[in-house]
Amino acid sequence: MEVLTLLGDGMLLALQPLNLVMILIGVTVGLFIGAMPGLGSVNGVAILLPVTFLVPPASAIIFLAAIYYGAMYGGAISSVTLGIPGASTAVATTFDGRPLARQGRASFALVTAALASFVGGTVANILFTLFAPALASVALSFGPPEVFALMLLAFATFIGLGGDDIPKTIFSICLGLVLGAVGFDQISGAPRLVLFDNTGFLQGIGFLVLAIGVYGIGEMLWTIEQTRGEVTTTTPRMTVKGMASETKEAASRAWKGTTIGSFLGFFVGVLPAAGATPGSLMSYGVAKMVSRKPEDFGKGNPDGVAAPEAANNSASTGSMLPMLTLGIPGSPTTAILLGGMVIWGLVPGPRLFVDETEFVWGLIGSFYISNLVAVLINLAFIPLFVSMLRMPFTILAPMIFVLSIAGGYAATRDMFDVWLMVIFGLGAFFLRKFDYPLAPAVLAIVLGPIAEPTLRQSLLLSSGDPSIFFTRPVAGPITIVALVLIFLPVLRLLRRGRWGS
Amino acid sequence: MRVGEIVTVGILALFSVYLMWKSAELPIGYIADTGPGGGAWPFWLSGVMLLCCGAIAFNWWRRTSPPSQSDEPLLDAYGWRMLGLVGGGIVVFVGLVSIISMYGAVAVFLFYYIRYLGRHGWALSLSISLVTPLVLFFFFEGAMRITMPTGLPFTDPVFNILYEIIY
Amino acid sequence: MITKRGLFILAGTILIVTAPMLAVAQEWQPRKPIDFVIMAGPGGGADQIARFIQSVAEQKDLTNRPLVPNNQGGGSGAEALIHVSGASDPDHTILVTLNSFFTTPLRQENLGIDIQTFTPIAMMGVDPFVLWVHKDSGITTIDEFVEQVRSMDGEFVMGGTGAGQEDSIVIAYLSGAYDLDIKYIPYEGGGAVAKDLAGKQIMASVNNPAEAKGFYEAGDFVPLLAFSDERMPAYPDVPTIKELGHDFSYYNQRAVVGAPGMSEEAAAYYQDLFAQIYESDEWQGYLESESLSPLWMDAGEQRDYWALQVENHKELLAALGE
Repeated sequence: MEVLTLLGDGMLLALQPLNLVMILIGVTVGLFIGAMPGLGSVNGVAILLPVTFLVPPASAIIFLAAIYYGAMYGGAISSVTLGIPGASTAVATTFDGRPLARQGRASFALVTAALASFVGGTVANILFTLFAPALASVALSFGPPEVFALMLLAFATFIGLGGDDIPKTIFSICLGLVLGAVGFDQISGAPRLVLFDNTGFLQGIGFLVLAIGVYGIGEMLWTIEQTRGEVTTTTPRMTVKGMASETKEAASRAWKGTTIGSFLGFFVGVLPAAGATPGSLMSYGVAKMVSRKPEDFGKGNPDGVAAPEAANNSASTGSMLPMLTLGIPGSPTTAILLGGMVIWGLVPGPRLFVDETEFVWGLIGSFYISNLVAVLINLAFIPLFVSMLRMPFTILAPMIFVLSIAGGYAATRDMFDVWLMVIFGLGAFFLRKFDYPLAPAVLAIVLGPIAEPTLRQSLLLSSGDPSIFFTRPVAGPITIVALVLIFLPVLRLLRRGRWGS
Repeated sequence: MRVGEIVTVGILALFSVYLMWKSAELPIGYIADTGPGGGAWPFWLSGVMLLCCGAIAFNWWRRTSPPSQSDEPLLDAYGWRMLGLVGGGIVVFVGLVSIISMYGAVAVFLFYYIRYLGRHGWALSLSISLVTPLVLFFFFEGAMRITMPTGLPFTDPVFNILYEIIY
Repeated sequence: MITKRGLFILAGTILIVTAPMLAVAQEWQPRKPIDFVIMAGPGGGADQIARFIQSVAEQKDLTNRPLVPNNQGGGSGAEALIHVSGASDPDHTILVTLNSFFTTPLRQENLGIDIQTFTPIAMMGVDPFVLWVHKDSGITTIDEFVEQVRSMDGEFVMGGTGAGQEDSIVIAYLSGAYDLDIKYIPYEGGGAVAKDLAGKQIMASVNNPAEAKGFYEAGDFVPLLAFSDERMPAYPDVPTIKELGHDFSYYNQRAVVGAPGMSEEAAAYYQDLFAQIYESDEWQGYLESESLSPLWMDAGEQRDYWALQVENHKELLAALGE
């Protein structure tokens, strides 16, 4: 009960006029920043950090948390309307969000995404409120072997994501993993895979470079070529009544994905190092596995939009936990929030919940309020975003290219990466023509740099003995489940291949 | 398509071999007591890529994948023209960024696309291609504080005035 | 948003007319946002410091153009060094450094980086290293630590940031001085190391006090040994390795340098700017609360310090077998 009193106080703090204004501004700003391809909450939080010196620390962090929430909602907008995932957490949203937009149902996809995000955020907040300290110790029990096992599980969900062509899917996964290894080897510190001896590759190949190349350029070229430039995304004018019926439809058709995403996303997000991307990806995979119509996934299934969106909101809230209780940022954005806390004289870590009760509960209270405000503002802006799709395609297309290039530069601040984006884009266009699935590569470039170092750290721990992944109490079961999931479909396919033809 | 499929596989196989060769600059074996060396992860994964290329080539020979059955050309005349005009346009756009600044390049690209590829009117094309970079400037430099490339030094006077406005 | 933009443009047209009159020649001032490059990823000690500096400058309105933090953490700082040495506008590019400023060019000679071409700006302080263990290990003194490590015969696991960098140098010295056989696991950053020590995935670490403070205050971490010249005020009971008869101290530098080729006027501007930040109450308070040692130097002293550190690190790296 003490928790509820504290939370109540926290919410009251968040509802004070100044703080409420902060939340409204923060959410709106975050929503627009998140909707730009290439920019995410990290940009919003970094830029507005200095602004927060004008207000008391509690209001400041509430403001930053509001931006964080707004940007999380905004990520889905560019995934659905432009087909470019603005952040790695929103890649899975494009799988079904984009087909829905093509079918003229962009507003339905956006409503589903917004509602799923709201439920995900709320579930995460409740779990956070009730179990924060207990979850912190769970996070601590995840060492390198456990994180690697978790990555293996995330890869297992890949198997179902590719197209029908198994060798091309595996090729795509491996390509992403190898591109993710470019740069420096973390364990030995030596430069690695400096392609064509170009020093530009020393800084590695970022997720956004590949994602914007593949989706913002490659996929766009493919669309223009396929449709002869006559893209017709007929979107009916939006009415309040229409949105109400879409809300109803989303509730009845996407509840399963939302539930899976909310819980799974939170637990993965709580683990430092893992973050929201594996969470959203695994939720998509699980939603597909348990669905009665798995063949609908990738063709505009609302569960396929709801699961990753619920998960990435839930995981982003979850990733606040290691920051507050352990002082370890789970994402670049939380890293900046952490920096902010240090500046305000707060020491993140195990003592924070005890020493700074008012601050912590004010923040958690503001999560609830921000989440509610974010869903309302998001729903209010959906007609605006959808109306963008009514622009003639010969204007929308160059706009998307411009946003991709400018947004890509803003994210990396390096012309080398922009050129790389163009090269990936042209390459992706041809691979797309030959039915190579590219989403696995885009996700692998995020997971690879987490998986490889943890694999090698684990083997250093065990002096090169791979049994470490099976004998540890947490890592063992995860590894076994992952291996079963990976090999089941492969075995089934081999069988079918032999008997079928 | 059929020819294209096998040519693509050939290029990808060569790329995989190059990646394997490049990874082998670091140890690729299993070092006793410490696990795999620094090059092992990319080396063996590139190896898997090469194997996949083999499998794709095999499917091509068996004619099981859709592209290997198709006799259509990879791109028809329209397709090549589109690729040249749009893809080439993007390449020129990015090339121009280093010369006439990001915003200048955005204006030129938008005008080129909307007027010549989209065949919209002069007034519409001009206004979109002038307003967009201005909006982007205030968004990126003013609101987000991200400096975009300003191109060669001759653009400096313009930018100095613009920076004077926003700070 | 729309109306705001409208206002901007309106204000803009007025200024375009008046701007040339305002631009009277005076002392050098930055003309555009300053690229404030950080030699580490977000979240680590260097990043925290950079953002702290930025916020002090912002709060006191010390610059007419903003410092824009830009994390370039890849390759033990190689990414940042390449970025800064190739900067198209050296007058608006500065770098927050740590010791990989010395070690990375030594270890990666093919980068072609000569740190003496960089422009010295300010030495904001140095960050000491401390040997930490988890309280559940039962170890409370350095002697018990040595005994424990020896009894484990090569199975004692320590973690640190990267390979051939600060943490591994300190651990290598420790192993040499006490004849220890320690298994070293490289991590991505100091935060991850501290977390895995708290989770008892590793048995000891040499985190900076700033990184371990939260866990120390919660009673999870026990400091055993400081690698500073004198005992640290925040940890008065922790002996230094010098007291124990080993002539060694090691600090991470928290310095700001300018891009190679920065003009003298610009360098003078930044030196003055960072001197103001250094003397601010905020920075002095930060030095104290995070246990950094002040070590102010002027530009000439910094160059000598760099030369000395390069020599020291050559020896230390040679001892590491790099």
